[in-house]
Order: sequence, then C-alpha cells, then structure tokens
Amino acid sequence: MTETVGTTVDTAVELRHVYKRYTTRRSKRGAARVVDALHDVSLSVARGEFVSIVGPSGCGKSTLLKVLLGLTKRTAGEVDFGGGSRMGMVFQQPLLLPWRTVTKNLLIAQDINHRLSDREARERAEAMLSMLGLEEFADRYPGELSGGMQQRVGIGRALMHDPEILLMDEPFGALDAMTRDQMGMDLLNIWERDRKTVLFVTHSIPESVLLSDRVVVMTPRPGRIAEVIDVDLPRPRGLENINTPEFGAIVRRIRVLLNSENSAH
Amino acid sequence: MSTASLDVEHVHEPPAERPRREVPGFVLSGGVLVVVLAVWQFVVRAFDVPIVLVPAPTDVLSSLVDGLSDGSLLEHAWVTLQEILLGFGLAVAAALLCAFLVTQSRVLDKALFPLVVMTQTIPKVAMAPLLVVWFGTEMTSKVLTTALIAFFPLLINAILGLRSADPDQIDMLRSFGASRMHVLRHLQVPSALPHIFAGLDVAVVLSVTGAIVAEFVGATAGLGYVIQATNFTLDVSRTFAVLVILSAIGLALHALVVLCNRKIVFWSAEHRPVTEQA
Ligand SMILES: Nc1ncnc2c1ncn2[C@@H]1O[C@H](COP(=O)(O)OP(=O)(O)O)[C@@H](O)[C@H]1O
Ligand SMILES: [Mg+2]
Repeated sequence: MTETVGTTVDTAVELRHVYKRYTTRRSKRGAARVVDALHDVSLSVARGEFVSIVGPSGCGKSTLLKVLLGLTKRTAGEVDFGGGSRMGMVFQQPLLLPWRTVTKNLLIAQDINHRLSDREARERAEAMLSMLGLEEFADRYPGELSGGMQQRVGIGRALMHDPEILLMDEPFGALDAMTRDQMGMDLLNIWERDRKTVLFVTHSIPESVLLSDRVVVMTPRPGRIAEVIDVDLPRPRGLENINTPEFGAIVRRIRVLLNSENSAH
Repeated sequence: MSTASLDVEHVHEPPAERPRREVPGFVLSGGVLVVVLAVWQFVVRAFDVPIVLVPAPTDVLSSLVDGLSDGSLLEHAWVTLQEILLGFGLAVAAALLCAFLVTQSRVLDKALFPLVVMTQTIPKVAMAPLLVVWFGTEMTSKVLTTALIAFFPLLINAILGLRSADPDQIDMLRSFGASRMHVLRHLQVPSALPHIFAGLDVAVVLSVTGAIVAEFVGATAGLGYVIQATNFTLDVSRTFAVLVILSAIGLALHALVVLCNRKIVFWSAEHRPVTEQA
C-alpha cells in the first residue's frame, strides 16, 4: 500500500459522497419504487476510533455498513480504506450456525479463507473463548446458550477474523436491558485492549455516547448524515459516567437533533 | 387471627402433586390393534365368514408362517425390496442433482421449474404400463416406476430446502468473504437437510406403492405379483400375509429415515432436548 500524503496514514475508512438508491419493482409492469437509502454521505473514520451511528429506523444505517462490506453496491461515490479492508461484522441477531459447536462457529471465517494455520486458528479460538468467558461452552451447540452468550459468540466470531474494522449493526438490540449494559461494558474493555476501528450502529443514544469518540446522527428520506457529534468524555469510561452532567448534555444535544429533524418533515 | 396456631400439624400443605404417568403411545396403539384383531377373529368365526372373502387373523398368520418357512414369500419380498431400494436410491440421486441445478442456475430455474410443477399433475402410476412396455417385465421397469413416483416429493422438498437459508446468514458468510460454493456448503446444504428428510420420509412410503403398482402391471416375481396371483386363486389369506410383509417393509424404511434424521439433523428444533430456562 502506498502512503499518499495526508489522509491514508491514520484513516481507517473514508466515504466520499456516497449514494445508495434501492429500486424495487412491485411487479413486472408496476411502477418502480425508489428509496434513497444513502444521500451524499461523507464520513472519515480514523484508525482506532470508535464511531457510533444513530438515527430512526429506515435512515440507512444498515445500508451504510452493507456498502462498506460490499454486500450491496453503492450507486455513486467513493469508499477508501486507509489500511487493510478486512472487516468483521456483528449483526443484530447472533446468526450462529446451529449445526456447529461454539468453537466451530468461531472458526467459520477460518474455514472460508484459511488465513491461519489450523493450529493457530484453534489456539486463537480457545483464547477468544476465555476472553468471552465461554470456555465451558466450547463444545456446546448454539441452541444451548442464552441470547447474551450467543451474541458474545457472534462478536468473537467477528474478532476471530482479526478485522481492521469492526462493524456492528445494533448488536445488543435483541438483548434485555441488563445484559445489554453488561455487553456494552465488555465491548469497551475489549476495545480498550487493542483499539480496533469500530463502526457501531445503535438505537440507544446513551449507549452511543457511552461507547464512542464520535456519534454520527442520521436522518431518513433521504438517508443522510445530519451531524457528527464529538464525545470528549475521558476514557476509560464506565456505567457511572451516565449520571454526569457532561454526559447528559451530549445525550440531550443528540436527542434535540433527532427530534428537530423529525418535525422538519 | 388466632395466635396459638403455630402447631405445624395444622398447617395445611397443598397436596403433593403426583407426577402423572403418561401411557406411551405405542402401548395405546398396540392395545387398540390387539382389540381390533380379537374382534376380527371373533366376527369371522362367529358368523362363519368364508375364508375366500375375509380370513381370520389366525389364518393369515399361518399362511404367513407357511410362506416364510418354505422361502417363497422371502424370495418375492427380496425382489420387491430390491426394486424399492434401487428405485428410491435413483430418485434420491436424481432429485438432489436436479434440485442443485435448479437452485444454482437462474436459467435452469426459469426453464425447468414450471415444467416440474406441470408434470407434478400427471398421476405417476399412469406411467407404469408405459414403462413396462418400454423396459419389459423384468426389474428395470419396476425400479423406474418406483423412482418416478418417489422423485417429485424429493425434488420439491430439496428445492425448498436449498432455498430456505436465512438471507442474513448468507450476508454473515459473505462478510467473511464466502464464495457461492462456501455458502452452499456451509449454509444452504445444512439448512436443506430438515426439508430433505421430510421429503425422504414421504418418498420412502411412496416407493413401496410404486414397486407394487409396477408389479401389478406386469411381473413374474415380487410381492405385487403374489397379490395378483393369490387374488386369482382366491388364496386371500396369502394376500393378507403379503400386506403384513409390505407394511413391515414400509415401517422399517420409515423408521430408518426417522433414525437417520435424528442422527444427522440433530440441531433441528423438532427434537432438541428441552433445556431448563432460567
Ligand atoms: N434490499 C433492499 N431493497 C429495497 N429497499 C431497501 C433494501 N434494504 C433497505 N431498503 C430501504 O432502505 C432504507 C434504509 O434501510 P436500512 O439501511 O435498513 O435502514 P436502518 O438500518 O437505518 O433501519 C429503508 O427505507 C429500507 O426500506
Ligand atoms: Mg438496520
């Protein structure tokens, strides 16, 4: 990779004027329905940065991640990866394969791309299991795990891939409030360890503020970035941060932004 | 409230709930079967029903024992079993291959799927006489009839199964750089297995029907041939004995499919062991 002057050195990913338009046809002759899921989206994420994306459903958050992953083609615009473009994705549902044990689920990326030797991969999986606190469940099947444990495995599976960028699409959205807080803190701990670049989609404004360096606020129809808010609260952070006035101020600011954008329509 | 009622003996405990013992299903249906056979035996004997119309269960049993001990029934059963297994195997191989092609290629899907649905409406047994004309009264025509009858439920279930993969799971695999072959191997095939086994279960029973029908049309051996021959000679006890063997074959094959299903598709919700929920 040649290091062009300026941006690439510490930029993990940069989107420039990215558009995504879905065109769906109801029937062969019916009129096409057009949805502008992403409208002129420009965003630069620094390496090691934790960036959250918030916004009402349908504003294009998932589409943004899918465009980055190459799961869907963008209509226009450019995407540049400063370093490598290996990404690990965590979905709202754990999406574990029920016929694979927990360990084998962690090894799915390895079974696809054979990036490591089999021995290295096994050792990595073991280390991952102990980091996730799931050693005892190594040989269990997903159906025997609770929702929280399954999502832990989902996160571990993405990290096994040793991604340069970790993408998370409402990863805690299907969990109960208590598990959700715990998982958020666990994620922060993991992140503090190796400071991966993280793009984190969430519905929860406090969650986004607690975890991130910056919060991207998106609005729907067309899906675009309304504003990017800096969260300059000291790290490491914990649940106790939630009660500080600084924290509350940022949360309120985002909430006001989202409400004003909603009522403007 | 009385203050002196600390005496434990007067505390009313709810009656300990006695665990209800469920009578296993096979005991119940076995019981029903025995009762039916007993009534059957009684009616035939009491009203002196002629044996060429309805034989008593004991007549059927002795005919069955005779046929088995002189080896004739076993020989015919072996012929039919071969037809069933070969036809079934052929149908499975062909159906899986076709399902694979149809689900992997858009063109083949568009070209073949409507034809598959259309030919579904032809009663397959109506093809049996043709197959006998084309392939003779030997085993080939029986195997082909059996395969033809078993083929469609297998095909439909396999296609449905290969299409049943969760789109989000596909995205998950693709996010790790999976190719189409990876997706097929790691997701679509395992997701298809429960559907394929449902198809196998239907098809294995149809295979028995297929082989018998084909033997009716023209055969020199096999259980279907015995049914026709004994019908002609009014040896109704032997006809019933053959029915007993046929249902035994059907049951055994069905049980085999169920067993394989349980071993191979162990994750399916249908027979996941219930774990306590906190
Ligand atoms: N595959 C698709 N085909 C057509 N429209 C889609 C597709 N995926 C998403 N959309 C539309 O694009 C918009 C943004 O969707 P999405 O990115 O899922 O939003 P979010 O994740 O913020 O809820 C929505 O209006 C949605 O209906
Ligand atoms: Mg979404």
